[in-house]
Amino acid sequence: MSSTLHMHGGIGESIKRKEDARFLRGQGHFLDDFVLPRMAHMAILRSPHAHARIKSIDTAAASAKPGVIAVVTGELMAQHKLAWMPTLSGDTQAVLATDKVRFQGQEVAAVIAETKYQAEDARDLIEVDYEILQAITSPDQAKESGSALIRDDKEGQKDNHIYHWESGDKAGTQAAFAKAHKVVRLNTFYPRCHPAPLETCGCIADVDGVTGKATIYMTSQAPHAIRTVFALVAGIPEHQIRIISPDIGGGFGNKVPVYPGYVVATAASLLLGRPVKWVEDRTENLISTGFARDYHMTGDLALDKDGKMLALRVHLDSDNGAFFADAQPSKFKAGLFHIVTGSYDIPTAHVTADGYYTNKAPGGVAYRCSFRVTEASYLIERLVSNAAMEIGMDQAEIRTKNFIQPEQFPYTSATGWIYDSGDYPKAMDVALKQLGYEDLKKDVEARRKKGEVTGIGIASFTEVVGAGPGADYDILGLRMFDSAELRVHPTGKAILKLGVKSQGQGHETTFAQIVAEELGIPAQDVLVMEGDTDNTPYGLGTYASRSTPVAGAATAMVSRKLREKARKLAAHLLEAAEEDLEWERGKFFVKGSPEKFKTIQEAAFAAYTNLPEGMEPGLEGVHYYDPPNMTYPFGTYAVVVDVDKGTGQVKVKRMVAVDDCGVRINPMIVEGQIQGGLTEGYGIAFMELITFDAEGNCIGSNLMDYLIPGSMETPKFEIGQTVTPSPHHPLGAKGVGESATVGSPAAYVNAVIDALSPYGITNIDMPVTSDKVWAALRSKGVTE
Amino acid sequence: MKVSMRVNGAEKSGDIEPRVLLVDFIRTNLGMTGTHVGCDTSSCGACTVLVNGDPVKSCTLLAVQVDGSEVKTIEGIAQGAALAPIQVGFHEEHGLQCGFCTPGMMLIGEELISRIPNPTDEQIRWAISGNICRCTGYMNIVKAVQHAAKLTAAAKAPAGKEAAMAGGGE
Repeated sequence: MSSTLHMHGGIGESIKRKEDARFLRGQGHFLDDFVLPRMAHMAILRSPHAHARIKSIDTAAASAKPGVIAVVTGELMAQHKLAWMPTLSGDTQAVLATDKVRFQGQEVAAVIAETKYQAEDARDLIEVDYEILQAITSPDQAKESGSALIRDDKEGQKDNHIYHWESGDKAGTQAAFAKAHKVVRLNTFYPRCHPAPLETCGCIADVDGVTGKATIYMTSQAPHAIRTVFALVAGIPEHQIRIISPDIGGGFGNKVPVYPGYVVATAASLLLGRPVKWVEDRTENLISTGFARDYHMTGDLALDKDGKMLALRVHLDSDNGAFFADAQPSKFKAGLFHIVTGSYDIPTAHVTADGYYTNKAPGGVAYRCSFRVTEASYLIERLVSNAAMEIGMDQAEIRTKNFIQPEQFPYTSATGWIYDSGDYPKAMDVALKQLGYEDLKKDVEARRKKGEVTGIGIASFTEVVGAGPGADYDILGLRMFDSAELRVHPTGKAILKLGVKSQGQGHETTFAQIVAEELGIPAQDVLVMEGDTDNTPYGLGTYASRSTPVAGAATAMVSRKLREKARKLAAHLLEAAEEDLEWERGKFFVKGSPEKFKTIQEAAFAAYTNLPEGMEPGLEGVHYYDPPNMTYPFGTYAVVVDVDKGTGQVKVKRMVAVDDCGVRINPMIVEGQIQGGLTEGYGIAFMELITFDAEGNCIGSNLMDYLIPGSMETPKFEIGQTVTPSPHHPLGAKGVGESATVGSPAAYVNAVIDALSPYGITNIDMPVTSDKVWAALRSKGVTE
Repeated sequence: MKVSMRVNGAEKSGDIEPRVLLVDFIRTNLGMTGTHVGCDTSSCGACTVLVNGDPVKSCTLLAVQVDGSEVKTIEGIAQGAALAPIQVGFHEEHGLQCGFCTPGMMLIGEELISRIPNPTDEQIRWAISGNICRCTGYMNIVKAVQHAAKLTAAAKAPAGKEAAMAGGGE
């Protein structure tokens, strides 16, 4: 389209997005847009109680309603051995409840009817008799002796404890703390929030009665992994399952897990011989699908007399809800939280984590984050700012003083991470210059003297993304490689098929640009296909900022494979020796004779028409890429806020974000990702909250209670960058989708705490709402 | 009951239950799926359409309430094969990512430009304040609307080079 029509579209070019064409016309193909012949509709009845025993279920009235085809209960699912399913963390989860309900919103029964309206009407006529049990709504309550046992379905489960997990050096950390000049502690709760993509989750299951083939259209970020899970759960042979992820209206981690609705719809389609559509509504999405965070954290930072960090000790209690369904590598029970030493050269650290069952929704997904990196980044960045306050050091200075230095890379952290590359002082420097930090500090001081409440917050985050090396990273044992299959047709146009799945990140453009760079075929001539397990190579999917680090690398590698074959073809056409040819993007030419050349398109044509003796025809290949290491994007964010003393209202005046995600393939798309991430970070810091009352009722079950940033409150961002390539990624890229959501919450909150620090206020847990700020000011006698 | 309306300039009618929501009528009965449902509570604006020129949230309106009205959906924005200025703006300024909120955002933007030919940043932010975008952070949506405003103004200006450029995205 338009201005980019004539651009080659290689790496570093901000070409406009190829996928825009259909979305601009309202012609995207989202899940709910599909209508299959004879398609029935499903509605799910959910538990109104957080914890209750099911005494009876009466479906007679529902079954008698016009248009109703079937009513499915847990009992029926149990007859087919489908009442329970495995979770991504190796636990079990009820598909439809048979014994108890364990959270408000849990799936109890389903109605299949001719229309959606009929299904919902009948659902409301199902009568369930419950015996209400004590609801457990926090890890503290879950720990109490004598508290109700949530998972009485699990043999040998005597309490509500799920796991204990440790990382680092306990003895070394203790010794370092013993010698510390100063220990700074922060107790903080990173509350439960929800990715809330604008499109909710859903599926259409279509099981062919003759062939037995199950085609399932699904809002899935990880269609291949889901197919394998389905094969394991339902016992359907894997080649008989086809998962199609159509256009996805945002995911942010919410669309990684398998949800009970998918299993029920598939079972219903199998039993009825008709396609069954299930699309959750917003409330179902917020109360039952993958939540995020819910970490209660205590961090202790040991410092010497000069403000050098000596050791870090962290304990966290994780609230996992009724089923341990975190979507994360099996060996890391608390996700990648042990990246908690962040950007700092901390000699020793010890991290402990305990997970607990509660009567809350399961899920534990990483909301725009790489498996709990966000919680880690938040804790260390809040802790470092509080440490600066306590010892009277500037918050930029304490960071710079303790940064891992550029010459220390590759750097092995106290908890065993091998950071690939970084230049933290440079990102800090760029951010402070862009902010005008020194002048701004004077301005803050002057305004505080006049009684104004204003502050600056800094966060210098380091992420760990791009999961990951297969030896350590898996989903249910499936190694986290990814793949690319590239086929160049005779006329030099190409199709690239990937195992990942875009949810708005612009894969159809970015990955075409990698081919454009590596193989010289213009991006507009490369069609990118994803999200159909019958027609794309196996991959683990798009989450944890892994598409560019893993599938991007696979794309580069397969392009290079094809380039080597093209070299042989060009040599044949030019009647030259292969080693006498030089490559310049898009063509091979004879060394010293640039006028003698063959284009990649000519080589492609020859692959089908004019081959050297003995060469296999065609120009296509596949590459499975198992990354040698994770990538470590980083950056420094700085925020300026004003606080209204009378109302507690916080106004973000400025937000400067300097990101380093290595080489940027499409800078326009990268900046778009950062702006979106900063907005979700703003939402988490100030607005978004899923909470529960004492009875386990979910507060935050619709978009009037679960507040998402709109255009009026979202700040205007000032974007900056540095570029430190990843040394092990074929393109030097690191991934960027999540950096801003990982790094920004601490920056926003640090700014508020800095503003309130003159009054002795050292912490307010997120979301930092006006009422909390006002209450804090009032507790210090600052406001009436 | 019978309902009829002009949708994107064409006469459309149906025989529906009185409780059928406008968004369901458009998506299910008319098969036009560019109008989306994001929340059911008129909080997100993904279902925005224009009724008699005004933006409304079609998830919270009964189809029978707009009987006899003029309805415009995203499918009615393009001018034949060529993209409308608002579509060009969203493309050029990277005003969309997943594309789910985009139809509503573009209808709001087009309606705004029809009233205020050269809207400020604040005017645009106010106009789209009932529409949630989870992907972009709004900055590029603001730029997209401003881009469209310039194209629209150029198209209305006396014939010239700029006018020839306006209205065509591809």
